[in-house]
Amino acid sequence: MIEFMLVTAITLYCISVLLALYRVVRGPSIPDRIVAMDMIGVNVISIIAAISVLFRTMAFLEAILIIGLFAFISTIALTRFLERGVIIERKRRD
Amino acid sequence: MSGNVVIEYFGAGLILAGGIISVLSAIGVVQFPDVYTRAHAATKSATLAVLLTLVGALVYIWVTEAYISVRLILGIIFVFITAPVAGHLTIRAAYRSGVDLAKETKEDELRKVLLSKNEES
Repeated sequence: MIEFMLVTAITLYCISVLLALYRVVRGPSIPDRIVAMDMIGVNVISIIAAISVLFRTMAFLEAILIIGLFAFISTIALTRFLERGVIIERKRRD
Repeated sequence: MSGNVVIEYFGAGLILAGGIISVLSAIGVVQFPDVYTRAHAATKSATLAVLLTLVGALVYIWVTEAYISVRLILGIIFVFITAPVAGHLTIRAAYRSGVDLAKETKEDELRKVLLSKNEES
């Protein structure tokens, strides 16, 4: 029964990743795509957590941290590029 | 040992509830008219879904293995801090780069504020 619940949850997460992927492909503006990619990253974190419960292992839990970090940093970099035109601003004294 | 079984079902139920909320927020991302309402669906409810799933995994591993996973707690704190910040920055960049609002929008108060600030400076 628990296995059935976990497999159902993973299936629902996969459906939501596919729906967000539709918005990535279709989305009329760039921020639409950024929002949908951020949501895909969050859903992948959830899929990894559910899979590690399903397989009764703790080997996948570092991947949660790493994927969360990469999703956050890529979102920040894309928004800065969209807003200012550069990612890293260098401040000159003169 | 039946108390442990109940808590195992509780953890798996939290994970299932996270999946249902995630699908609801994905439907919102597909159906809403412009990027601001889509971010409303994608930021809040997706964060709630991932928090429910991670708390469910934490409870399940705690009961079955008798092990409190610090990595999962770190992941919960990290997602809880960074997901609203990322949503806010995305929408700020969208407004400043001039993405149009939906046709149904009645009033845009931020535009007046930004215009008056530009005139002052």
